[in-house]
Amino acid sequence: MYSYTEFDKEFINERNKQFRAQVERRIDGSLTEDEFKPLRLMNGLYLQLHAYMLRVAIPYGTLNGGQMRQLALIAEKFDKGYGHFTTRQNIQFNWPKLRDVPDILDALAEVEMHAIQTSGNCVRNVTADHFAGAASDEIEDPRPTAELLRQWSTDHPEFAFLGRKFKIAVTGSETDRAVTKAHDIGLRMVRNGDGDAGYEVIVGGGLGRTPMIGKVLREFLLVEDLLPYVESVLQVYNRLGRRDNKYKARIKITVHENGIETIRELVEKRFVAQRAAFGGNDQKLFAQIKEAFATPAYLTAPLDGFVELQNKDASFRSFVDTNLSEHKNPEYSIMTISIKAHGQTPGDATADQLRVMAGIAEDFAHNELRISHEQNVILPHVHKSNLPEIYARLREAGLATANIGLISDIIACPGMDYCALATARSIPVAQQIATRFDELKLEHDIGALKIKISGCINACGHHHVGHIGILGLDRAGVENYQITLGGDHTETAAIGERAGPGFAYDEIVPAIERLIYTYLDIRSDENEVFLETYRRVGLEPFKAALYPEQQIAAE
Amino acid sequence: MAKKFTPKVLTANDLLSGDVIYWNDNGDWVDAFEDALYLDTEKLAFHVLRLAQKQGLDKVGLYLADAELGDDDKPRPAHFREDFRATGPSNYHHGKQAELA
Repeated sequence: MYSYTEFDKEFINERNKQFRAQVERRIDGSLTEDEFKPLRLMNGLYLQLHAYMLRVAIPYGTLNGGQMRQLALIAEKFDKGYGHFTTRQNIQFNWPKLRDVPDILDALAEVEMHAIQTSGNCVRNVTADHFAGAASDEIEDPRPTAELLRQWSTDHPEFAFLGRKFKIAVTGSETDRAVTKAHDIGLRMVRNGDGDAGYEVIVGGGLGRTPMIGKVLREFLLVEDLLPYVESVLQVYNRLGRRDNKYKARIKITVHENGIETIRELVEKRFVAQRAAFGGNDQKLFAQIKEAFATPAYLTAPLDGFVELQNKDASFRSFVDTNLSEHKNPEYSIMTISIKAHGQTPGDATADQLRVMAGIAEDFAHNELRISHEQNVILPHVHKSNLPEIYARLREAGLATANIGLISDIIACPGMDYCALATARSIPVAQQIATRFDELKLEHDIGALKIKISGCINACGHHHVGHIGILGLDRAGVENYQITLGGDHTETAAIGERAGPGFAYDEIVPAIERLIYTYLDIRSDENEVFLETYRRVGLEPFKAALYPEQQIAAE
Repeated sequence: MAKKFTPKVLTANDLLSGDVIYWNDNGDWVDAFEDALYLDTEKLAFHVLRLAQKQGLDKVGLYLADAELGDDDKPRPAHFREDFRATGPSNYHHGKQAELA
């Protein structure tokens, strides 16, 4: 993992000192709220529905045990004993007090973490595939790229006041787990005909009120050209991006209005100049960063205990089948710890649970943890011989739910339970769906299914790319939920299609149930997952199930 | 056409704690929606808003929130958003529902 240099440490400490002074000046009245607000937002401090909220970056979703322990300490000492993992590899604390925030930021700095650029119209936390460095289908680890981008974008003076926020995601695998096609810039690591590693550069993707799938700006960009090229994209966006209307200010609109060819032409022109200006220093830095992401020293050990438990314990077997993914080392697995116990808040972990996961990482998993945009925690390097012990510890902490990729593994934004922008609640809808399908004991039969719920049009819950998307709205003073179907967040990305009129709060779970029974009825066989069925049969059978009254009226 | 005025209460967040607060008939800030001053005319509502805005800097994000009178003649939220602000989140017993109990 990357460790801060002296420069990094000084920078963060200086920045924290600066913010501490700004908080003091706000409290003593020297700064008005209008003056203070942009300063607190630059440091990730929002004012939400009930309280302040501090959004802490987990760059490319990577943490070590010590960092996870520090998050637990912050949750306990300064908040209500839990943290909320978000869909952008951040963690949010929902109840900090203003006076405590400088101390929280110092506590984060002690473990090389910060909340810088988790808000505002700047380059936000750079995200990456949560299986990075471990996935069996990986071309290269995307994290050095993400770290290079983090360093380049942090406090970059030219991009501190963009027209709108700017999100970059990187994946190193064919399988896109980083939603690169729904980011302002998505980088997919690929190889060219000569076997050189590089990036496919995707631009102008995004969800929100105008969902768009990103377009390929450059099919192949050499690794060494990354920063000058990305800088060129940002420069073109900074110049062409609209500032007259915040709803049309994201780069997806710039690309849409100017056309991808024009953007490409302008970027390539800038790139020639930028490339010459970089002069190779970025590559020296990149080489140092890469060293920090060396593969861990993998173990070899007998797997008898693992095999034995698998044979005799059905719950363990179910956990293994559901929560483990293939690791590039056959003796290892990638373990996803579900932060979605049935009926609990998606993405919320208590301080105790954070400590348990930290301890497991330290004791058994090369001291590495990842946070996924799907609001789960990953142990990227688990030797299979350690699985029984890890499973026992997780069970004791209420963290052994075997539901990864299933109907109860729901992405849900905080919604109107916390968020000042929300138009309806998300969390209780997710809780009820998960509880209902657990009662029905159907989720393993249903198989792979992504439900994603947003509590407003800004789509933090990624509803557009859910196989089943749910969007909570305020319709004449009442919560109302629209369903979209057929969305996909992967390399075959697609925006879901709206099924029809929305459902009231107490109607949404039964509506989802009707959808699922329809799927179970019409799937070609048990191997055809929901999305495949949807792509085969289209919207109509699902629409008929959602709106039976209309069907009767038409007959 | 101008939107017809509906009754309001004045609300904000406390600078230090971030807590949701309401303006009462003594010109103080209180924690409970039902203790807020019910502002049933537009003139009164904007007068109170301006008055509060002139006072100190330790309250944040002042605005007039829709309200109605309950059977007990006390103000209550007229919209579910304000209901959540006045109560707390629905996933945990946190916020006002815990603090005011």
